[in-house]
Amino acid sequence: MKFYVRRFAFYLATLWFAVTLNFVLPRLLPGDPATILLQKLARQGGEVTPAMIRSVELLLGTSDGASLWSQYWSYLGSILRGDLGVSISNYPEQVTTLIGQALPWTLALVGLATLISFLIGIFVGAYVGWKRGTWADHIIPATTFMQSVPYFWLALLLIYIFSVTLGWFPIIGGWDTWTFDNPEVSFAFLKDAIWHGTLPALTIILSSVGGWLLGMRNMTVSTLSEDYITTAEAKGLRPSRIFMTYAVRNASLPSIAGFTISLGFVVAGSIVMEQVFTYPGLGRLMIQAVQGNDYALMQGVFLVITLTVLAANFIMDMFYGLIDPRARNNG
Amino acid sequence: MNPPVAAQGSHRADGAVRAAEPVLTARNVSIDYEVEPAVHAVRDVSLTLHRGEILGLAGESGCGKTTLAYGINQLLRPPAALKAGTVTFHDHDGTDIDLGGLHGESLRAFRWDKISMVFQGAMNSLNPVISIRAQLFDVFTTHRPGMSKKEKEERSQELLRKVGVDPNRLDSFAHQLSGGMRQRVMIAMALALNPQVMIMDEPTTALDVVVQRGILREIMRLREEFNFAVIFITHDLPLLLEISDRIAVMLQGEIVELDTAENIYENAQHPYTQRLLSSFPSLTGERGSFIRTGEGA
Amino acid sequence: MADDIREQQLAAQASGGGIAPAQIIEETPTAVLAGKAAKVGVWRRFGQLLRRSPKLAIGLVMVVAIVLFTVVVPFFTASPFALDNASLLKPGEDGHLLGTTQLGADVLAQLAHGGRGSLMIGLTAGAITVVLSVFFGVVGGYLGGWTDEILFLISSVILVIPGLPLMIVISSYIPGRSIWLIAMILGVTSWAGSAIVLRSQARSLRNRDYVAAARVAGESPWRIIFVEIIPNLLPLAAAQFLFAVVAAILGEAGLSFLGLGPTGSVTWGTMLNDAQQGAALTRGAWWWFIPPGILIALLGGALSLVNFSIDEIINPKLRTGSAQAKSVREARRKHKESRRAAKSARAEQKKVTS
Repeated sequence: MKFYVRRFAFYLATLWFAVTLNFVLPRLLPGDPATILLQKLARQGGEVTPAMIRSVELLLGTSDGASLWSQYWSYLGSILRGDLGVSISNYPEQVTTLIGQALPWTLALVGLATLISFLIGIFVGAYVGWKRGTWADHIIPATTFMQSVPYFWLALLLIYIFSVTLGWFPIIGGWDTWTFDNPEVSFAFLKDAIWHGTLPALTIILSSVGGWLLGMRNMTVSTLSEDYITTAEAKGLRPSRIFMTYAVRNASLPSIAGFTISLGFVVAGSIVMEQVFTYPGLGRLMIQAVQGNDYALMQGVFLVITLTVLAANFIMDMFYGLIDPRARNNG
Repeated sequence: MNPPVAAQGSHRADGAVRAAEPVLTARNVSIDYEVEPAVHAVRDVSLTLHRGEILGLAGESGCGKTTLAYGINQLLRPPAALKAGTVTFHDHDGTDIDLGGLHGESLRAFRWDKISMVFQGAMNSLNPVISIRAQLFDVFTTHRPGMSKKEKEERSQELLRKVGVDPNRLDSFAHQLSGGMRQRVMIAMALALNPQVMIMDEPTTALDVVVQRGILREIMRLREEFNFAVIFITHDLPLLLEISDRIAVMLQGEIVELDTAENIYENAQHPYTQRLLSSFPSLTGERGSFIRTGEGA
Repeated sequence: MADDIREQQLAAQASGGGIAPAQIIEETPTAVLAGKAAKVGVWRRFGQLLRRSPKLAIGLVMVVAIVLFTVVVPFFTASPFALDNASLLKPGEDGHLLGTTQLGADVLAQLAHGGRGSLMIGLTAGAITVVLSVFFGVVGGYLGGWTDEILFLISSVILVIPGLPLMIVISSYIPGRSIWLIAMILGVTSWAGSAIVLRSQARSLRNRDYVAAARVAGESPWRIIFVEIIPNLLPLAAAQFLFAVVAAILGEAGLSFLGLGPTGSVTWGTMLNDAQQGAALTRGAWWWFIPPGILIALLGGALSLVNFSIDEIINPKLRTGSAQAKSVREARRKHKESRRAAKSARAEQKKVTS
C-alpha cells in the first residue's frame, strides 16, 4: 500500500511542477510574449476588452507592480477551478472546450496504438529471446534500424505509398468532412474514423514496437540464464508454462517499470505525426496554438498532455505493483 | 576429525546393511564443453547408485561434479554436451529407462517424478514473482493432472510440515523467506512426487553451520521415511563422511576413488583423497599443529 | 531509503533495455586499469573488437561514411541557400545530382550542409546530456543520503514530464533560435533517463572494496568520484552518450519539422519541414523528402548498432550464441549418426550369427 501512496504523491508533485513551469517559463525566457500576443489581438480586429488583457497578463506576466507571488496564487487558483483561459486563435472559445474536442481523438488513436505496439513488442520480443540462436535473431538488425526512423518521416512515406500512389487510405483528417459535418455516434462514422485512423496508428506501431521488442528480447535472454529457469526445467514443467510464468513474467518487469521512458517517445512521435496527417488530436491543437501565438491554448494543451502521461504512468505503476510482489512488500 | 557416525553400520535403525539393488547406473559418461579448445569436464565416469543409498560426490570446484549431475539429469545446456556413455534408471516396477533416449514429452514426464534435484544456493532457484504455493502447485498440475485443488493444497501443506516450515508460508514469496527456509522449501518441492532419486548439489553450502546441521538432519530423517537414494554433491568431505554410505572423489573430471565412507576415512587409497582428508583442520588435537606440520587433521 | 525493486527495473530498462545494471561492468580499480591499457596496445585491442563483432564494424563504417559525407561534400557543392530559377527539378537535371527543392535550392547541397547542422546539434546535445546525467546520477548515487534523495527526485520529475511538448513550449517563447540554443533545449530536457541509469550503477560501485578502501584512506569524495567511479562507468556513459546523440538528432528533426527548429540554418529536419510546406508529397517530389529521412534513419541506426555491440561486448550473456547452437546441433547429429551406425552394425552381426 505504501508503494501506491508514494507513487501517487510523486505524480501530484510532478503535476504541480508542470503547472509552475507553465507559469515561470513565459516570464523567464527572452522575448515578450504578452506584448506579442496583445499586438496580434489588436491586429485581428475586434475589441481588446480589459477582461482579455487581464487574462493575458495572468498567463504571461504583467507590467504593473503586482508581485510574482500574487500572480502565482491567482494562476494556481484559476487552474484549480478548471479555468484554462480563452483561446485567442479560436476566439471566444474556452481552452477547455477545444481540448475536450481533441482529447478523445488522441486518446483513442495513441492509446490503442500504444497498447497494441506494447503487446506485440513484449510477446514477439520474448519469443525471439526464447528462440535464441536461431533464425529469430536476424530480426534484430532490422528492428534496430526501424527504431531510428523518425516517426513523421515514416508517416510521410506511408502516405506517399498508400495514399498518394495507391490510394488505399485517405491522406488527411480524422474523418471525412464532406460526408459528416461533425462527429456523431453512428456506425458509419465509426467505420470512417477507423479508416482514417489506420495509417496514423500504423505509424505509431511501426515506430515504437522496435524499442519494446529489443528490450524484451535482451531481458528474456538474460532471464533464461537465471537459476529458477533451470529449476523449472528440472521440474519437468511444460515449455509454455516456463515461458509465460517463469521467463516472461520476470523479463517484462523492466519494460513495465520503464514504460515512462517509452511513453515519452510515443507522445513526441504522435504530436508530429498528427501534424503530418492533419489528425484532429491534441498534438495538432498544440501546433496550431504555437503557430498562432495562442499561448493560453498552448499551455492548456501542455498541461492536459502532461496529466494524461502521468495518469498512464500511474496505471502502469499499479500494474507493476500487481505483478512484482517485491514492490508491494518492500522487498 | 571425529570418526564418522554414519559409517558405524549403515543408516537403518536395525543396523542391517541395505540391499545392494541399483536404481541408477552411469556407464562411461563423458561430457565436454564445446568451446575452443574443448574442455573435457567429465571423463569416462561410471558409477552405480543403489536404492535408498546416500552417495557422496566430493571434489574441489571445477572438478566436474555439478556437470556430471546435470548430465545425468539431461539438464546440460550449450556449450556443454554429453559426448559418450549411457545413464540407465532402474524403476522400482522393474523397467529400465535409458535417460539418453528420452526427449521432449517423455523426458519432461520423467523429470521430478523419478529423479528430482535440489540446487545450490536457493537464493535464486525460486521464481521471485510467484508465490511458494504456485511453485509447489505447478509440479502437481504438470505431473498429476488428476489432483483436485483441495488435494494439492493438503499435499503442499503436508510437504512443508515435513521439512519443518509453517504451512502458512504457502502464501509467501521467495524474498520473504530466510536462506534456510528457502532451502527447506526446495527440499519439500523435490519430495513432492516421491522420487526414487534426489540429486542435491551443494544444498547447504550457502547456509551457516547451525542451519546446515538442521537441514542435514531433516534430509536424513526424510530418507528414512521415504527411502529415496541421494547423490550428495559438495566439496565438504568431512560432511560426506558423516552422512554418506559411499563416497566418490572426483578430480579433473575423473572418479579417482569410490568406496564406503568408513573405508575412505580409515584407509584412503588415492593420494588426492588423502590430501583432501588432511586439508581439514580438526576440533581436537594440538593448537597450530595443522598449520605448522599438517598434523592433527 | 532502500533502493526499491521498481527503481532497479526502471534503471535496467533505461540502460538500453534488458541489462540489469548490477550485473554488467567488468570493473577494475584504476591502478589495474592503467596497467591493463599499457600492456596490449589500444589499436590492437580495437582491431580484436572489430573482428569479434561484425555489428560494431558495420555500424562504425556507416557512421564514418555519413560523417565524411557531411564534412567533405559541402566543399564541392553550391550553397544550400542558392536558388536556381527552376523549381522541383528531378535528380540529374541541370547538374543537380539530387534535384532541387520547390524554390530551386540544390537538394544535395542541402543534404550535406544539413548533415553538418544535424550532427552538430546531435553531438552538442549529447554532450550536455552526459554532463548533466553524470552530475545528477553519479554524485547523487555515490554520496547517498539527502543529496541523493533530492537529486533523484528532480531526475524523476524531469523524466516523467513529456519531453517534446516541453521543448515546444520553450521554443515557442523564443523567436530567434540558433543551433546552439536548440542543442541546449534538447540537452536540458533529455538527461533524466541517463541520470537514473548512472545513479543505479554508482550506487552499486559505492560498496565495492576498492572504493571503501579509498574512503578509509581518507580520499575526498570528489577525488573518489573522478578517479575510481567515473572511469569504471565509462563504457556505460559512452553507451548513454550514443543514445543521447540519436535521440537529439531525432528530436531536432521533430522540432524542425514542426517549425520550431533552428531559424536560419539548414538541417535534415528543416529540409523535411520545407518539403512538407512545399507539398513535396502530393507533387511526388520523392528526391526531396526521402533522402533526409533515410540519412537520419541510417545515422541513427548505425549509432544504435554500435551501441548494441558495446552492450554485447560488456554483457556476454547477450551474444546471440548462434555459433554455439550450431556446434551443438552438429554434435547431436554426429551422435545420432554413430548410434545409427552402431545399431545397423549389430543388426548385421545378428544376421550373420543367426
